[in-house]
Amino acid sequence: MSIFNNPFSGSKLFRKSGGCSCGKHSSQTEHELAAAKEANAVASAGEEQQLRRVVEAGLMRALFPNDASRRAFIQAVGASTAAAALSEIFPILTATEALAAGGAPEKKDLKVGFIPITCATPIIMAHPMGFYAKQGLNVEVVKTAGWAVVRDKTLNKEYDAAHMLSPMPLAISLGLGSTAVPFTVPAIENINGQAITLAMKHKDKRDPKQWKGFKFAIPFDYSMHNYLLRYYLAEHGLDPDVDVQLRSVPPPEMVANLRADNIDGFLAPDNICQRAIFDGVGFNHILSKEIWDGHPCCAFAASKEFVTAAPNSYGALLRAIIEAAAFASKAENRKQIAEAIAPANYLNAPVTVLEQVLTGTYADGLGSVKKDPDRVTFDPFPWESFAVWMLTQMKRWGQLKGDVDYKGIAREVFLQTDAVRLMKEAGLTPPEASTKTFSVMGKTFDPAKASEYLDSFAIKRG
Amino acid sequence: MRSLELRSVAVSIMLLMTFLLAWHLAVTGGSSGQKMDPEYAKLMGITATQGKSAMPSPVDVGLTLWGHIKDPFYVRGTNDVGLGLQLGYSILRVAAGYLLAMAVALPLGFLIGMSPLMSRALDPFIQVLKPISPLAWMPLALYTIKDSGLSAIFVIFICSIWPMLINTAFGVANVRKEWINVARTLEVGTLRKAFTVILPAAAPTIVTGMRISIGIAWLVIVAAEMLVGGTGVGYFVWNEWNNLSITNVITAILVIGFVGMLLDQILARLGHLVTYPE
Repeated sequence: MSIFNNPFSGSKLFRKSGGCSCGKHSSQTEHELAAAKEANAVASAGEEQQLRRVVEAGLMRALFPNDASRRAFIQAVGASTAAAALSEIFPILTATEALAAGGAPEKKDLKVGFIPITCATPIIMAHPMGFYAKQGLNVEVVKTAGWAVVRDKTLNKEYDAAHMLSPMPLAISLGLGSTAVPFTVPAIENINGQAITLAMKHKDKRDPKQWKGFKFAIPFDYSMHNYLLRYYLAEHGLDPDVDVQLRSVPPPEMVANLRADNIDGFLAPDNICQRAIFDGVGFNHILSKEIWDGHPCCAFAASKEFVTAAPNSYGALLRAIIEAAAFASKAENRKQIAEAIAPANYLNAPVTVLEQVLTGTYADGLGSVKKDPDRVTFDPFPWESFAVWMLTQMKRWGQLKGDVDYKGIAREVFLQTDAVRLMKEAGLTPPEASTKTFSVMGKTFDPAKASEYLDSFAIKRG
Repeated sequence: MRSLELRSVAVSIMLLMTFLLAWHLAVTGGSSGQKMDPEYAKLMGITATQGKSAMPSPVDVGLTLWGHIKDPFYVRGTNDVGLGLQLGYSILRVAAGYLLAMAVALPLGFLIGMSPLMSRALDPFIQVLKPISPLAWMPLALYTIKDSGLSAIFVIFICSIWPMLINTAFGVANVRKEWINVARTLEVGTLRKAFTVILPAAAPTIVTGMRISIGIAWLVIVAAEMLVGGTGVGYFVWNEWNNLSITNVITAILVIGFVGMLLDQILARLGHLVTYPE
């Protein structure tokens, strides 16, 4: 739908379908003409009116992901009542004002923490390539030693926002492994881009069933790496808590540990995996996209307090990240990015390694060159269903106990609505659908049936 | 005496030469590497393609060291500043934590040394707190102080306080009874007794405690900075480890050792100043 469509029109569909979608017009062409007319009217009504529509549309979509129920609601109470009810619970006007490009950032000098891995590419490259500066921000990107430190420094407000593993903001909001502080994920950074790397001596043990007694490193307990590795092992009949040992090791220390024979392998972020191959220490077993093609990995996270206390700074920061991610998602820009983020100030890694990760033409460690342009890609959209999946895995492995309000928590933390709005501002097209299903190792995940999904696993805790 | 000094220097140099030669021979060996598809080889590092040891030769380390000495104060962004500046950050942190520890340990040590009651009352606490690894305090410090820079200083404080405290207490408690008795006969006041009799008498022991403390503080700062990151020579080591640059790590190790020696020598000089013949 056009972003200028009236979201309070009870008879309008958000998604286009065959035939006239509202039934008021004899043909779809006529319907579109009428819609275009209305859109034009709004467009000419001035910027504020437009922004207000954008906010309202995003809000309605977030509240009623299902078109049928949205229309039913509006038809039942009337459009004006619906709008009034919405402004009761959500200050549409304030949000509109905050969005208006004129709003100067409350705070210009910001600190953003990152861990030196390619997942952080949008956050890092936005500095040397001027995406922050374009938004009028003076951002300092600070390299940090480990995930626990990133978490603590962000909670301490030493950082205004930070690069985190996408399950971390969920864990922080829930008070797992730290005090509960409401956190948000306004943008995902990368899709795919992880791999299972094994030590060279295991060259012939390619079947996970032979991995009993292995020691694996993962970056953090609350990480996609942990959940994906556990998922992969469990699908092959290994209980990750009994048959193997999983250790939390900060990414930069993984290669050194693999070389020292402390671990047998790891499911880790790139450039670490490629670095192990580059140094002849390990080989690529599988890329993480072979477990779940299109999985999220790292996130751009900020505390809810920052989002509400400095909405303009937050908006500007997020626009920079989203634009950087969009730039990074284009294959032709990847070489340039690899060069921009390689220096000691950022990743401090050889350009060859970064190029192999970002372009997807890489040495596999066993003597051949592989090509996979989707090895890593960048897509800022924080699907709520991603969060629901992570929550099911937290529950599955006993990190989360008792009844879980999957949908509620996911919505609180993953700010899908903000992403829609900001992507549009950046001239990008946000996804049309409001929910996303995907499949992990051939098994389809439906976010609406999270509990059933969880029950279907043979290996789980509790 | 003179010839002994000369001979010892000669032996030192010989040992160093032998070590460097052994190092050089150990890393230059290695196979020429197996045959590899050139396309594939282009994507791999030299340790994998040429079978070169990841360990640098002494010459590599020397060149890197020279590079750092030539340009110690560059700033190429938040996360990349010269080794000289990093050392500066570390020394400042150590100085801050160490001075704080001194401010607490010396008066408290005096109190414990002069009062048998306080000595016994505080003993259990000191015994429990003393053996705790200073880095174990780090998570707690980060959580309560809510500032990583101050947390690092706190860790230095907590690790350098114990040797000073214990040595001060010991030194004060073991001032020769005759001198105290003389002071008592002359009816010297407590404060004056503390400063004119006990302090000079206990000074060598106290300075020895301070010397142990500065050594520990310098050991701990590197580990603490590797943990919290950001700035300092510990961060430098971590950042180069991150890049698996053994050359830079060895360079940093040499520099850390050199600075540690300097700090120790300063306290040793101070020790000479306060010793007295009995």
